[in-house]
Amino acid sequence: MVRIFFLACLLALPALAQTPDPARVEAVVAASFASAPAGWKSRVTQDALQEICSLTRNQPSAAQAEAITAAAKASVVLPPDSAIIGDWRNGEKIAQNGQGGQFSDAPGTVSGGNCYACHQMALSEISYGTLGPSLSKYGKLRDFELADARATFAKIFNPHVTLACSTMPRFGLNKVLTAQQIADVVAFLFDPASPVNTDTK
Amino acid sequence: MRRYVQHSEHILIFECDNVKLLFAVAAEIGAAQGGGTELLNLLRIMVLCLLGSAANLRAQPADVDGEKEIERYRAMINDPMANPGYLAVDRGEVLWAMARGGKNVSLEKCDLGAGPGVLDGVAAHLPRYFADADQVMDLEQRLLHCMRTLQGLDTKDVIARRFGSPGKTSDMEDLVAFIGNKSLGMKYQASLSHPKEREMANIGEAMFYRRSAINDFACATCHGDDGRRIRLQALPDLSKPGATAREVMASWPAYRVSQSQTRTMQHRLWDCYRQMRMPAPDYASEGITALTMYLAKLGDGATINVPSIKR
Ligand code: HEC
Repeated sequence: MVRIFFLACLLALPALAQTPDPARVEAVVAASFASAPAGWKSRVTQDALQEICSLTRNQPSAAQAEAITAAAKASVVLPPDSAIIGDWRNGEKIAQNGQGGQFSDAPGTVSGGNCYACHQMALSEISYGTLGPSLSKYGKLRDFELADARATFAKIFNPHVTLACSTMPRFGLNKVLTAQQIADVVAFLFDPASPVNTDTK
Repeated sequence: MRRYVQHSEHILIFECDNVKLLFAVAAEIGAAQGGGTELLNLLRIMVLCLLGSAANLRAQPADVDGEKEIERYRAMINDPMANPGYLAVDRGEVLWAMARGGKNVSLEKCDLGAGPGVLDGVAAHLPRYFADADQVMDLEQRLLHCMRTLQGLDTKDVIARRFGSPGKTSDMEDLVAFIGNKSLGMKYQASLSHPKEREMANIGEAMFYRRSAINDFACATCHGDDGRRIRLQALPDLSKPGATAREVMASWPAYRVSQSQTRTMQHRLWDCYRQMRMPAPDYASEGITALTMYLAKLGDGATINVPSIKR
C-alpha cells in the first residue's frame, strides 16, 4: 500500500513540475556560456538526440526510441573484421584514462575512454564507478565471439544502437576516441588474455 | 586576530608542500612564545595539510581509507578556529566594511534581501528575487550588483579573481564565506513565492536534465540516482528532495581540502561543467543561479553549516 502510494507520487512528479518553455531554457543556457571560445560554441547547443533525451529525461516515446536507434545504427562506421579487436594493453590504458576534452586540459591532450568511471572491468581494479553495469568477464561470457566483439565496437561507437537515450557517451560518433582506440578497448573486453577475462581477483 | 590570519595565510601559501618546514616553524613559535593559540592553529593547519595529501590520493585503494580519514578529521576539526574556511570569513568581514570604488563607500548598506546592511539570515533565503534589479540573484550576483551600484566599483578585477588560488585570495569567496556564516545554524528556506523565483527553479531543473557537449552529459547523468559513484567517489542524488540535497545545500561555501581554498556554489558548478566537457560557464550568470535555485528548492529545510569542510 505504502509502495503504491509512493509510486503514485513518483508518477505525479513530472506533472507537478511546471516545464518551462524550452526556448527560454536554451536562451538562458546560451547567455550563461556566452563567453565560450569560438571552438567550444558547438558544445553549448544540442543535436537532435540530446534534445529529445533531455526533454524526455531519457525516456523517449516508442516512436522516438525507434528513430534514435535506427539513426544510431546508420551512424556506425565499422572497421574490417581484422581490425575490430586491437591491443588489450592499450585498451586498458584507454579505459583507465579520464583525461581529455575539458577546458582545463592542455591543448592536444589525447582523450581517454574513462570506462572505469562508470564500469567495473578487470576485477583487480577496485576503483570503478557504478553508473554502468559491470563488464567483468565480458568477452569470456560471450565465448569471445567475433560477432559480439563487432556489436561491442558499435556499442562503444554509438551506444544508442541498443538503447535509445543511453547515458553512455557516443565515443566514436563524437570523435572522443579513434577507431583504433575503440578496437583496443574492445580487445580489453574480448582478448582471452585480458585481465577483464582472466582476473579472479 | 589579524596577525593570526596573516600568519596563517602565509603558512597556507606554502601549501603544505613541506610539512616538515611547518613543524620547524611551529617549534620556533613554540620556543619564542611558549605555545599559545598561534602554535595551536599552526598545528591544526598541519593536520589539514596531512588531510589534504590524503585527499589527493585519487582513485586508488587508499582512497577508501582517505575518505574515512577525512571523516575522522572532519569530526576533529569541527571547531571554528581550526577550519581554514574561517580565514576567508575573517577576510570577508574586512571587505564588507572596506570603503572602495568611485563612491568610496563600504558594502554595509548593501541590501541582500532583508534590508540595507542586514546580514543575519540572508543567506538562508538566497537566491531570491530583487525588485530593484527585477531579477532573481544569488549572493554573488547581488554582491556584484552592490559593488557596481553602491560602491561604483569596476568589478573587472573582482571577477578576474573570482576563484582564489594559493597566494591569491578571492574577494567574492571571502565575502560569500562571511555572509554565509552569518546564517550558521539557521534553517535554509528557499525563496519561491515570486513567479520569477519559481521560473528560475524550473529552468534550473530543465538544465539539470539537459544533455550536451561531446560526452552527452547532463547533471542528471551522475546525480540522477541513489548510491551511484564515479570511480570510488560517491555521488549525491540531486534529482529529488531529501537529506542528500539538504546536506548539499547547507554546506556551501566550503573549505575544499584538496584545493586548499574556500569555494562557493559558483565554483562547484563551474567544476561540474568542466567535467561535463562543457565550456566554462560565465561567472554569476543566469544559468548558474537557475541551477542553484533548483538545488535550493530540493534542499529546503537544511540546517546551514558554513563554511563547511569538504575533500
Ligand atoms: C558516463 C558513464 C559511462 C561511461 C564513461 C562508459 N559507459 Fe558503458 N555504459 C554506461 C551505461 C549507463 C550502460 C548501460 C546502458 C546501455 O546499455 O547503454 C553502459 C553499457 C555499456 C556496455 C553494454 C553492456 C551490456 O549490457 O552488454 C558496454 C560494452 C560498455 N558500456 C562499454 C563501455 C566502454 C568500453 C567504455 C569506455 C570506452 C564505457 N562503456 C564508458 C555508462 C558508461
